[in-house]
Amino acid sequence: MKRDGSLAVQPVSVAARPRRPLFAPARLGIYAFLLTAALFFLVPLYVMLATSLKPMAEIRLGGIFALPLAPTIEPWRTAWQAACTGLECEGIRGGFWNSVKITVPSVLLSIALGAVNGYALSFWRPRGAEVLFAVLMAGAFVPGQVLLYPLVRALASVELYSSLPGIVIVHVIFGMPMMTLLFRNYYAALPQELFKAARIDGGGFWRIFFALMLPMSVPVIAVAAIMQVTNIWNDFLLGLVFAGSDNLPMTVQLNNIINTTTGERLYNVNMAATLLTSLVPLALYFLSGRWFVRGIASGAVKG
Amino acid sequence: MVAVRRPAGRVGCVSVAWLALLPMALTALGAYLLTILWTARVSLSSARIFPTGDFVGLGQYARLFRNARWLLSLENLAVYGLLFIATCLVLGFLLAVCIDQQVAGEGVLRTVFLYPYAMSFVATGLVWQWILNPALGIQGVARRLGFDDFAFDWIVRKDTVLYTVVIATVWQASGLVMALLLSGLRGIDGELWQAARIDGIPRWRVYLSIVLPMLWPSLSTACILLFVMVVKLFDAVVAMTQGGPGTASEVPAKFIMDYLFGRANVGLASAASMVLLLTVLAIVVPLYYARSRALQRSRAGRRA
Amino acid sequence: MANVSIRNLQVRLGANRVIESLDLDVAAGEFIVLLGPSGCGKSTLLHSIAGLNDAAGGSIHIGGRDMTWADPKDRGIALVFQSYALYPTMNVEANMSFGLRIGGTPKAEIARRVARAAEMLQLGPLLKRKPAELSGGQRQRVAIGRAIVREAGVFLFDEPLSNLDAKLRTELRRELKRLHARLGATMIYVTHDQVEAMTLADRMAVMQGGAIRQFDTPDAVYRAPENLFVATFLGSPGMNLFPGRLDTGGAAAGGAWFLNDQLTLDVSRYPFRQPPVHGQSVVLGVRPEDVDAGSAGTPGSYRAPVTLVEAMGAHRVLWHDFHGCEVAAIVPDDRAGGAFTLRPERISLFDEATKQRL
Repeated sequence: MKRDGSLAVQPVSVAARPRRPLFAPARLGIYAFLLTAALFFLVPLYVMLATSLKPMAEIRLGGIFALPLAPTIEPWRTAWQAACTGLECEGIRGGFWNSVKITVPSVLLSIALGAVNGYALSFWRPRGAEVLFAVLMAGAFVPGQVLLYPLVRALASVELYSSLPGIVIVHVIFGMPMMTLLFRNYYAALPQELFKAARIDGGGFWRIFFALMLPMSVPVIAVAAIMQVTNIWNDFLLGLVFAGSDNLPMTVQLNNIINTTTGERLYNVNMAATLLTSLVPLALYFLSGRWFVRGIASGAVKG
Repeated sequence: MVAVRRPAGRVGCVSVAWLALLPMALTALGAYLLTILWTARVSLSSARIFPTGDFVGLGQYARLFRNARWLLSLENLAVYGLLFIATCLVLGFLLAVCIDQQVAGEGVLRTVFLYPYAMSFVATGLVWQWILNPALGIQGVARRLGFDDFAFDWIVRKDTVLYTVVIATVWQASGLVMALLLSGLRGIDGELWQAARIDGIPRWRVYLSIVLPMLWPSLSTACILLFVMVVKLFDAVVAMTQGGPGTASEVPAKFIMDYLFGRANVGLASAASMVLLLTVLAIVVPLYYARSRALQRSRAGRRA
Repeated sequence: MANVSIRNLQVRLGANRVIESLDLDVAAGEFIVLLGPSGCGKSTLLHSIAGLNDAAGGSIHIGGRDMTWADPKDRGIALVFQSYALYPTMNVEANMSFGLRIGGTPKAEIARRVARAAEMLQLGPLLKRKPAELSGGQRQRVAIGRAIVREAGVFLFDEPLSNLDAKLRTELRRELKRLHARLGATMIYVTHDQVEAMTLADRMAVMQGGAIRQFDTPDAVYRAPENLFVATFLGSPGMNLFPGRLDTGGAAAGGAWFLNDQLTLDVSRYPFRQPPVHGQSVVLGVRPEDVDAGSAGTPGSYRAPVTLVEAMGAHRVLWHDFHGCEVAAIVPDDRAGGAFTLRPERISLFDEATKQRL
């Protein structure tokens, strides 16, 4: 036998089978399906854009899928500053700033509380906290309507109903289960030894939180921020009930513009307003990419 | 024998943790538990705008189930729910499987399928209301192209308006199911695929008999999320059809809101809320229980 | 029972040429082990035999038929994976029979094969359990069972014992050897563990960088390594190496000496393949068990203080400091050491430039 292990005699060889074809029909079918689905998902976006850039004359002619022949940004301008949201005709810009006023403090507060809750639950585990957490999580499934009237009465009794602080509190309440779960799962995945070492070094509750845990929480804070900004900005029901007519968020204003007009419906303005309302969450989505999906996957896994 | 005393510092630290959890305690007990109890109490009274202290037993519930609009809204929700969840699951699964085949442009496709989820339900409802507009939307385009008999006026007809809401919300939520299932698919060990290849199992059979059962955790998560969306259905209906035509697309969430604020009948609305809550619990609790039992069984078996 | 014959195999993963012009012949019924460090291409070779990788060139014949482009399911092979790759939602019985059911094997035949495999591997009480309810060793048995029911001509193993703890590993190793004796099937086994390789193989192929460096019985590979890589890869502790040169002048015809600044050894009786060249730079290799450690003062020994003693239970390893080099010696008893001699009949000589055995 030779050193490399081969024999001197060649084995019997049968004709080699041909290679597999590159473009099997199954693969074409898959691409066809995916492309059709992509079309289904993209057409509404296109329609929104195209309609918002057409003058009303073009729209009345029909042809919802046609490209704008004489594109104009008038509808956008009207939507922003002149559309009628009920009695006033100041456009949707008021709603935009309201949404900002509502979203920023709500997001900050709910993330802060979620982080502290998650931190306390995974590392300190005071007695009875797990039970409380279970109640919180069960609360996440409760339909909002059940909580509405009592919350209205509770806020009214401290004169916070129909006010900015009121809506912020409500958003924090409704967001707490998800935020707490997110942070708790994240901290539970961190090594316990880190925490124990910090305690041996003499750290107390808040010291360890601010010096050690918070700096390590950047990924989960990013995910939490994306989720909360999207959820709160897109909220309709809570804004409708709790914000008060001075602070109506963009989604509520949008619905007012479109569904409470008299006279001819200005479809181009409507679509421009819809796009303006969706701008912030869509931009966030397109910029954040993988973080958005991570938010869905981690926050969505309920226990 | 020396008695061991707990160091004071440690006790102090634990109580700090409890203080920090106070907001959570308040929310869980106050905002969730107490409000449920309060709503339950109001549902047993005859309150109209303000809570009254009286007690009418199950009178509100009886009135509720004699209310044609409420019954219709329940029926609508059932039909809508089944269609919505089934379509989202099927579409999401097919999309996830197709993307998992190592297709070109996977990143772009994923972005395209998921972006509707970033939009608000209001925006979704409004866009689809526009697209399905009989005069100027799809039907209008088809008619102008010469198909005079083409009819797609579902949104203005009582017997089909619900399907339009299904279309719009499926458009919004399928991407979510796709994302969840895709991450589940990606978690499947590559060696499993190789073993199936050697066993001579055709690809579609692997998906059906091996992969689909393995996706049970992701599927149940998706189901729970979709179910919560179904129960919450309000924004899309308000934006798209306002519950119409007439009351053809009425849903429980909208019914409750109308009676709570518009028609000022807090007692009835509270009863309706309780019914909604019980429905949710009746479905979510068994599902949850089944999941934790399955997890327990597998953990116990491993120790054997 | 099928033989495997590979000619001039080339395998590329992406842009990398992982295996280039590899030849291998496995006789029917043999137990071959592919041994080597991580990244040497042994798993790639195994997967190519299985048909999971496409060959970029060359041919693979199994049982005398050309299988270079055949689908894995048509090659008459079975593969046991490192991570077992059991179908998690099916019980043990279903796992073993699924492939057969898809292939259309009659039910009675399936039952017979499953029963036979279950009996061989003591899987009887576990048949209705799911993989999540089994321990690591049980799962591995199921994976082997799934391979057995295929009644394949060639069994391929991809580091099947790596995920098990040490004790379980030795148990299953012996079971595999008994299984091979009972089935008489051709088996190709990949591992990075030398002990597994030495105990299981009829012949073993030591691989490095996508090529087979030596393919022979474990004894031959251990005692007469073909090159420096094989020499240093096998054996624990590794072979002691002394660089030096050959001296053929001044001795009787055919005589030769190995010299370096510290030691001299008569290597006249070494089985040179080519006549030794005077002055050739060589490396002398001696395994620790062939180094005789004794106390200083023994005639013909080299003095070297012992710097470390490792007690292994059955024997001890003495580490000497020999003019800056480490020399290991295995001794069976309590002696203190302090000097060593080398046995000329147990050495290996390698050319320093080509690293090949002389």
